[in-house]
Amino acid sequence: MSDLLYSEEEEALRSAVRDLLGDHCDPAGVIARVESDAPHDTAAWKALAQNMGLAGLLVPEELGGQGATHREVAVVLEELGRFVAPVPYLSSAVVATEALLECGDAELLERLASGRAVGVLAVGLHRAPGTAFSVARLENGRLHGQLTGIADAGAADVLLVPAEDGGLYAVEAADAAIAPQSSLDLTRPLGTVTLDGAPGRRLGESAPAVHRALRSAAGLLASEQLGVADWALTETVRYLKDRTQFNRPVGGFQALKHRLAQVWLEVVNLRAAARSSADALSTGEDVEVAVAVAQAYASPAAVRIVEEALQLHGGIGMTWEHPVHLYLKRAKADSIAYGTAGAHRTALAALVDLQAP
Amino acid sequence: MTDASELRRRTTELLAAHPPATTERLDFLRARFDAGLAWVHYPVGLGGLDAPRALQAVVDAELAAADAPDNDPRRNGIGLGMAAPTILKYGTPEQHSRFLRPLWTGEEVWCQLFSEPGAGSDLAALGTRAVREGDNWIVNGQKVWTSGAHNARWAILIARTDPDVPKHAGITYFLCDMTDPGVDVRPLRQITGEAEFNEVFLTDVRIPDAHRLGETGDGWRVAQTTLNNERVAIGGMRLPREGGMIGPVAKTWRERPELRTHELHQRLLKLWVESEVSRLTADRLRQQLSAGQPGPEGAGMKLAFARLNQEISGLEVELLGPEGLLYDDWTLRRPELVDFTGREAGYRYLRAKGNSIEGGTSEVLLNIVAERVLGLPAEPRTDKDVAWKDLAR
Ligand SMILES: Cc1cc2nc3c(=O)[nH]c(=O)nc-3n(C[C@H](O)[C@H](O)[C@H](O)COP(=O)(O)OP(=O)(O)OC[C@H]3O[C@@H](n4cnc5c(N)ncnc54)[C@H](O)[C@@H]3O)c2cc1C
Repeated sequence: MSDLLYSEEEEALRSAVRDLLGDHCDPAGVIARVESDAPHDTAAWKALAQNMGLAGLLVPEELGGQGATHREVAVVLEELGRFVAPVPYLSSAVVATEALLECGDAELLERLASGRAVGVLAVGLHRAPGTAFSVARLENGRLHGQLTGIADAGAADVLLVPAEDGGLYAVEAADAAIAPQSSLDLTRPLGTVTLDGAPGRRLGESAPAVHRALRSAAGLLASEQLGVADWALTETVRYLKDRTQFNRPVGGFQALKHRLAQVWLEVVNLRAAARSSADALSTGEDVEVAVAVAQAYASPAAVRIVEEALQLHGGIGMTWEHPVHLYLKRAKADSIAYGTAGAHRTALAALVDLQAP
Repeated sequence: MTDASELRRRTTELLAAHPPATTERLDFLRARFDAGLAWVHYPVGLGGLDAPRALQAVVDAELAAADAPDNDPRRNGIGLGMAAPTILKYGTPEQHSRFLRPLWTGEEVWCQLFSEPGAGSDLAALGTRAVREGDNWIVNGQKVWTSGAHNARWAILIARTDPDVPKHAGITYFLCDMTDPGVDVRPLRQITGEAEFNEVFLTDVRIPDAHRLGETGDGWRVAQTTLNNERVAIGGMRLPREGGMIGPVAKTWRERPELRTHELHQRLLKLWVESEVSRLTADRLRQQLSAGQPGPEGAGMKLAFARLNQEISGLEVELLGPEGLLYDDWTLRRPELVDFTGREAGYRYLRAKGNSIEGGTSEVLLNIVAERVLGLPAEPRTDKDVAWKDLAR
């Protein structure tokens, strides 16, 4: 049976990450940053990736990583979600790293694990594991084409580009034109990558690498969604205990208490689902089902929880200055990222033999 | 400390001394209790070995592998789930040795005489009276919705012993002999056609003071132990994937492709996912309990269980189409246990409606989560300082 709790080491990791993000990612600072030309928080990224060594959690020690598991990565992602931290952690330390682990490219793995370079897989954020993705053209060994909806493209040092020959290529960001897109989620901005005869180094086959990357991403995204949801619950409870109307705290009205209790229950369920898929990824047992279940549950749950948080904040929830909008945007974008709940339910139907008519 | 290998050793010993193949069922169960292997986390001498609760699974697995008889826990859910922990916590040594063994073996089945026509969610408003007379208490009143009273040998009972103080203060907790001539059990037919619960009329029932549990006037506090256990009883259940209500529907879906529609498919998958996540949450709760970090998830489990059972059983009836218009059996029966899987979809649909009412309604549980888990302000209380006898009724 899978271990659904947090170990003491995992709790220690959580509090270290939370302390660090508390210093770097206060809500007002995040709001100001995402409106600027440099939406990513490079100082926070450096502290996490280089100083704490967290970019290398999934990378074996002999390749300069920490040799940890998806369970620890999940804890980091929970905290990053709690702060809607604008850092390319999921893109680089999970998605690109998993693709490279599949290809077995030691050189790039070391660069990414050390945190000195940010890697980005040039596959649209919305792609579900096991589905088709766009590829670059190959002409005389050079890459051509435009790939859109690439998460954190603007922060990339190296791009991992699938090409029409079925290969995955490493392209230095300097050899590509990367333009920001105007994204719903300001804290995980998307970009367009244009390749115009860019040189690339073939790393291996793209299909297994992309599948592995997207599957881990989907499974671990549930932990980020948990962090987002847990923030929303905690903040809303705090606010409703403080806010008075009709001469009493509005949190004392039963209609709202029941809604919050319901939100709590969904957070509790979300935690179990997220732990289960993180544990399955780390042990390799029952991975496909655990990931599909986690995403099918987490996406609608996180969105609903943050939507409740916004409504229960009243007018202040609609303002730019209150951070709840950052969380709503993240939750909604996450519900599309790495496959919608519907895509994961469809995958599940085949896995557990509940066929469509 | 008793560890897993020690428990395995004792289980092997028990099996050697009382081979299941040649031992009477009851003799085996009594021997198992006396060996401390009934509920291993109970104290030595009371069916346990003071071992961690999680290790019960070790014993159960060994005994199941040896085909040993079990105590059919579903037959005595109230006894095992609620009466036992309350008696253990508040009982005297005499009460421990008198009640726990026959309760565990199932020789004596228990029921719960709590709810009354005028006191359901507001249980502390109850009006059944217990008046002291020498060494006895004389009890008069009416209880309702009493599951299994027709099979029960004993009941846990709460009654009013002091009407002049506010409602929570004047209640006392008793162990009531259901064979007392003053106890009149009448079937109350329910939505499913059967009569699983009852009305119970108490007329001059004599309860010896030795069967009082806890102090006079302290019954509300004692009852909290019962009610908290009632709520986690469900969360504590360990089920395999598709082990709950979703199982029969998934089976029908697989076996009867002609029933499938796209709309039902989407609903089924959504409920399958939610059932699986609920199951994981229950697993997580149990892991927390055995790691000694009891979480507040118990009340949440009952809420989720009720909603899912209702949605799934509703879907099942629709899936069956014309067959969903039929019902298996409306005869008035007096079941010994609630058998969800032995009956058909219509029964499941109707019986599941009780899941959000029995053991505290979902509305009341949401209040509990909001107040005790999230710390939100309590409901306004107009009855706090009023003597029970002066309350509106
Ligand atoms: C199948 C079944 C088996 C049962 N078995 C037993 C048993 O063995 N022994 C026993 O003692 N009892 C038993 N019960 C009784 C059960 O515990 C009560 O029915 C339950 O606590 C609700 O009380 P009530 O029926 O009086 O409803 P009421 O309390 O009258 O409730 C009516 C409605 O008002 C709502 N409500 C009440 N108070 C509040 C509040 N403060 N805030 C919001 N909403 C509120 C309720 O949720 C409900 O929707 C059983 C019930 C069922 C259905």
